[in-house]
Amino acid sequence: MIAIETEGLTKDFPVGFWRPRPYRALDGVTLRVEANEVFGFLGPNGAGKTTTLKLLMRLVYPTAGRIAILGRPAGDPGVQRRIGFLPEAPYFYDYLTAEELLTYFAGLFGIRNPDRRTRVSALLDRVGIGGERRLPLRKFSKGMLQRVGLAQALINDPEVVFLDEPMSGLDPIGRRDVRDIILSLRDRGCTVFFSSHILSDAEALCSRVGMLVGGKMVATGSVSELVAFKVAGWDLVVAGVDPDRLGALGPGVRAVVSMIGGRSALDLAPECEPERVIAAVRDLGGRVVSLNPLRATLEDVFLAQVRASQAASPAGRMMPEG
Amino acid sequence: MPRVLGLIAYHVFKESVRDKVLYNLVLFALLMISASYLVGQLTAGQDIKIIKDLGLAAIAVFGLFISVFTGVGLVWKEVDRRSVYNVLVKPVGRQPFILGKFVGLALTLFVNLAAMTMAVYLVLVVMAWVDPGLAKTAVMEAPVVDPRLLSAVWLIYVQLLVVTALALFFSTFSSPMLSAALTFGLYVVGHFNADLAHFENVVESKTAAVVARALYYVLPNLAPFDVKTAVVHGETVAAGYVLLTTGYGLLYAAAVVALAMLVFSRRDFK
Repeated sequence: MIAIETEGLTKDFPVGFWRPRPYRALDGVTLRVEANEVFGFLGPNGAGKTTTLKLLMRLVYPTAGRIAILGRPAGDPGVQRRIGFLPEAPYFYDYLTAEELLTYFAGLFGIRNPDRRTRVSALLDRVGIGGERRLPLRKFSKGMLQRVGLAQALINDPEVVFLDEPMSGLDPIGRRDVRDIILSLRDRGCTVFFSSHILSDAEALCSRVGMLVGGKMVATGSVSELVAFKVAGWDLVVAGVDPDRLGALGPGVRAVVSMIGGRSALDLAPECEPERVIAAVRDLGGRVVSLNPLRATLEDVFLAQVRASQAASPAGRMMPEG
Repeated sequence: MPRVLGLIAYHVFKESVRDKVLYNLVLFALLMISASYLVGQLTAGQDIKIIKDLGLAAIAVFGLFISVFTGVGLVWKEVDRRSVYNVLVKPVGRQPFILGKFVGLALTLFVNLAAMTMAVYLVLVVMAWVDPGLAKTAVMEAPVVDPRLLSAVWLIYVQLLVVTALALFFSTFSSPMLSAALTFGLYVVGHFNADLAHFENVVESKTAAVVARALYYVLPNLAPFDVKTAVVHGETVAAGYVLLTTGYGLLYAAAVVALAMLVFSRRDFK
């Protein structure tokens, strides 16, 4: 079952007062997220991640394209009952306490006591808000507000959760807690869609990721699909050969580093055939100690996509007038 | 929907209480007590009338300030601080959100005006108790504790609902400073609106007269809500007049709130 689906999602914002010109924040984004999937929505700052989330939440209206969440259009009250949302750097009514805020939001879903009281208390425990729950939110730090934000996103026991930069503002303990919560949501069958520019989080949590650069989706797939078969190079360690002679083995050898014990480490380019270099080393009277492929990380894939996108559209995202 | 509306309205009231909006009542009480003391020292025979005048005028002014300064921040603050995101993604709806905000501020104003009215009556009762002779002279025109003051307070309240609706409307798309300026501007214009109806008597241009006539119908007509002078002088305001004026005020406020709902439901939250 498809939990989230967008097709050709496009959003233009007018820029300028007297003669506004459209700025294309999002350009034909098509994506599909299966139910019970943890989907990482990755992109550099300003890529359009938050705009996409706002479109999914019906906080902004699309210029073009289609959105379906749980098979129904975004903003449908039936859908709103079944989803949760944590905005980026959330802000809440500072005159309320964390407990009062969650009680208020539970009320908006029609959750009544005693269920409401139990749920509010359990959620605050789960996100690590203890005795502070009766303090006004104006006294909360950024990290604590983030935790309250996560709790309010889960108040209705949602089937799909949208989290905009859920790790931002959190200390290492907070990040680990959020990771645990995301994983527990996945384990109980919840779909999680989260945006981030912290790739290690995505690599650790996501079954699939989408990469957004300059308002366009540039790659989608499972983390293993995106990085597994992309070898970033080879690490070859040899012994019994003078390092100076190794440097002349051909253009594929990017660097030679002398090691103790008469060994040398060769950094080979991905396009280089290690078999050819090994044969050459043997011809020189040396022997191979080890050969390891250097696997590309998600960060390498991400950086390559960003560079490619910037090279492809140097003019930026301002649209022509009219 | 009524549940959601009630919850939003209740939280507007709660916010105003926690943001110390009701502190104005302390200021009002101090004003009334000190005024009654001073008036007693300075005037002879006119004390009660002056206290009634001052009380009603202060209710109108305090109410106006609460209505404008709370009203202009109601929606703008939520959008600016992005707290609105958390509410609108829940099964609330943009239109009930605006309506809830309006009802919440109307409730805050009601509680405020009720408390201020009680304070005025309390001061009048105390004055009559302290000086029983005063009560006798005052009865010539109107009783000291005159229930007719309530019709003036009611019309002040309905007028404030119109002002609140205007403040809320501006708050859906502009900053508090601009919204407050526009709302105060309309409040002032609203008290001179009747002049626009007969503009053709003072200008020759037909176009100007037509524009003035159109403005007369579009802009709020707030002068009829002011019956303070009449009730202080012991005149009874006809029930029909109060009903008709109330009907006009509620209809006008409803139309402005509907417009606010329309603007808000089309807005992109960038």
